[in-house]
Amino acid sequence: MDKHRRTFLKRAAGGAAAAVASSGAGAFPRREELPLPPNAIGMLYDSTMCIGCRACVDACKEANDMPVEQPAKFSDWNQDTWDTAEDLSGRTLNVIQVYADGTKEHKDEVENGYAFVKRHCLHCVDPSCVSVCPVSAMIKDPDTGVVTHDRDACIGCRYCVYGCPFGVPQYEFHDPFGQITKCQFCIHLQKEGRLPACCDVCPTGASLFGLVEELQKEAEQRLAAKPGEPYVFPRGKLGDDKYPPHEAPLPEYEPYVYGVTESGGTQVRYLTGVPHEKLGLPEVQAASFASIAEGMQHTLYKGMIAPLALLAGLMYFAKRSTRQDSDDED
Amino acid sequence: MAHASHSPLGGKLLTKPFLVLLIFALIGGFFIARRFIFGLGDVTHMSGGYPWGIWIAVDVIIGTALGCGGFAMALLVYIFNRGVYHPLMRPALLGGLFGYTLAGLAVVIDLGRYWQTYNLLLPWFAQPNSVMFEVALCVMAYIAVLWIEFSPAFLERFGLTAVRDKLKKYMFVFIALGVLLPTMHQSSLGSLLLVMGSQLSPLWYTIWLPLLFLVTALAMGYGVVILEATVVTNAFALPSEQRILGRLSPLVAWLLGGFLVLRFLDIAYRGHTGLMFAGDLNGFMFWLENLMFLGATVILGLRSTRTNQRLMFLASILLLLAGSLYRLDAYLVAYNPGNGWTYFPSVPELMVTIGVISLEILLYLVFIKKLPVLHGVRPVQSH
Repeated sequence: MDKHRRTFLKRAAGGAAAAVASSGAGAFPRREELPLPPNAIGMLYDSTMCIGCRACVDACKEANDMPVEQPAKFSDWNQDTWDTAEDLSGRTLNVIQVYADGTKEHKDEVENGYAFVKRHCLHCVDPSCVSVCPVSAMIKDPDTGVVTHDRDACIGCRYCVYGCPFGVPQYEFHDPFGQITKCQFCIHLQKEGRLPACCDVCPTGASLFGLVEELQKEAEQRLAAKPGEPYVFPRGKLGDDKYPPHEAPLPEYEPYVYGVTESGGTQVRYLTGVPHEKLGLPEVQAASFASIAEGMQHTLYKGMIAPLALLAGLMYFAKRSTRQDSDDED
Repeated sequence: MAHASHSPLGGKLLTKPFLVLLIFALIGGFFIARRFIFGLGDVTHMSGGYPWGIWIAVDVIIGTALGCGGFAMALLVYIFNRGVYHPLMRPALLGGLFGYTLAGLAVVIDLGRYWQTYNLLLPWFAQPNSVMFEVALCVMAYIAVLWIEFSPAFLERFGLTAVRDKLKKYMFVFIALGVLLPTMHQSSLGSLLLVMGSQLSPLWYTIWLPLLFLVTALAMGYGVVILEATVVTNAFALPSEQRILGRLSPLVAWLLGGFLVLRFLDIAYRGHTGLMFAGDLNGFMFWLENLMFLGATVILGLRSTRTNQRLMFLASILLLLAGSLYRLDAYLVAYNPGNGWTYFPSVPELMVTIGVISLEILLYLVFIKKLPVLHGVRPVQSH
């Protein structure tokens, strides 16, 4: 091996080693996390207020023109009456699930109790689905922060389905021309000045629409107040009097607002009476996964300068080798 | 430098293995047709929890690694200027050609909105932060580069030596791209998983994923070259390449040794050693992978292996199984979306994967018989 080649290869290897070594030492540069958008809108879902009526599931289907789901195993007691979707799917953007234990006597208790949870897009502050999409089909609104999907851009690679830490985006596997489906916070209704269907229909205010910062204050207020004290629960939209509020004694909450830190934070937040992992809300680290993946990619590629430099070096050596080749070939 | 002259193997095309492979390819084709008529759900067990099945994990993630022979050998022959390995270059490229081209085909079958695939090339849809974007463009470009790198075999076959000589002048550009592009996208196949976070077991999830994937791609590339050279020289009674392979084996042993050291040190450094002994499926798969890696490393590192075709063959099989399992685990087995989702491929889904692999081997056989790919072929027919 000649000297030039050796130096180049040494330097190339050294550069790569340095890049990875710095990451191994914990100094790995993550991409800066995205901040909460200026007019971030969101939802506060209070699991203790939810009575499991599924009116939100029905309203969601109607608002988004989605088909009713009735799994065969429930057909003997439910024929063409209720939507009995069990989980999110290509046909269901919003679902109510239930935690149940033992005799299921007490609401919002872990032992012999039950609790409801509503699952749909959490509209992450720094969404994985937007970061992973190769064709910009997932878009986060820079003003409101709502994450929407453009099916005309989508190639159906389903990386968003695979990568979402909350299991939200779904693909219509039953359709030869399927598309990705996810809750888009009823932006089509919001454009007409209406509320997202689930918050609009919720009879108890368990699904409460509003500005994220105000919803967060509301959540903290509920956590700070004394359990059992009467509390006025708003309905529909926080700070709006379209629907009258209702008064009820404050439940005993888990002292945690889910969605403040999870994967860089989400615009939908949860208050629960049982630990969130019992409700299928996964334990997720605070650093956004998008910032980790993009940070690594940007470190390795340095805006395509690193690959171009490597290419130049490779061409130099390939040229030398092939010249020697043709000198003594055939 | 002694140089390779390549010639077609000749012989009958319609052999028994050919027909068996053809039947499997046709069965796969039947289910591919069903996929396009009735949708992905008709043929596969993919779901909202497991939106990627074996078509991605096996056909693409493992398939392209098995197609890294051309990449691995080009690095050795042209960048490190080790001309002795030149006879292995063309068959390695051919393996890469089919590994990658058919992985591309598998992607199109798997894409949920395949008719919009060209959006990847439209600048206004581009999303350069997406690892998938980089992988997609890189793999597309590399498939083109592989066909160009392999094209001298066609040009020689059809007597277009003038074109070949002209192309040869610029070949260094494609050789360089043929090393750069796999370096980029094979490491990115590891980076694709960085966004998985807690959905992937810490025994696999690490910021070193890009490097670990790049190393396994190179190692599997050499593994395929060793396997292919051993099988083909035996099956068609060609002069053995054992002398060259013997020189290659310690190099691969070093590469694998480095992989194992990095992997174990990293897991220990992150404090997840306990998961190796958790006694669950992940722990079992972890040991299965690494013991096979270790087996391959030890055998390839032994001096006596260099002259022993059987050991060499065994080591390459172990290496390919270990590398394939590592990738399968990282993409499917050790991935857990939670909420009770499970996945096991359906029979039709498996038949598509088997069909694609059969087609790959079938085309390889046709090409080495009809095109000047192999080195040291004795002229069976009149020349």
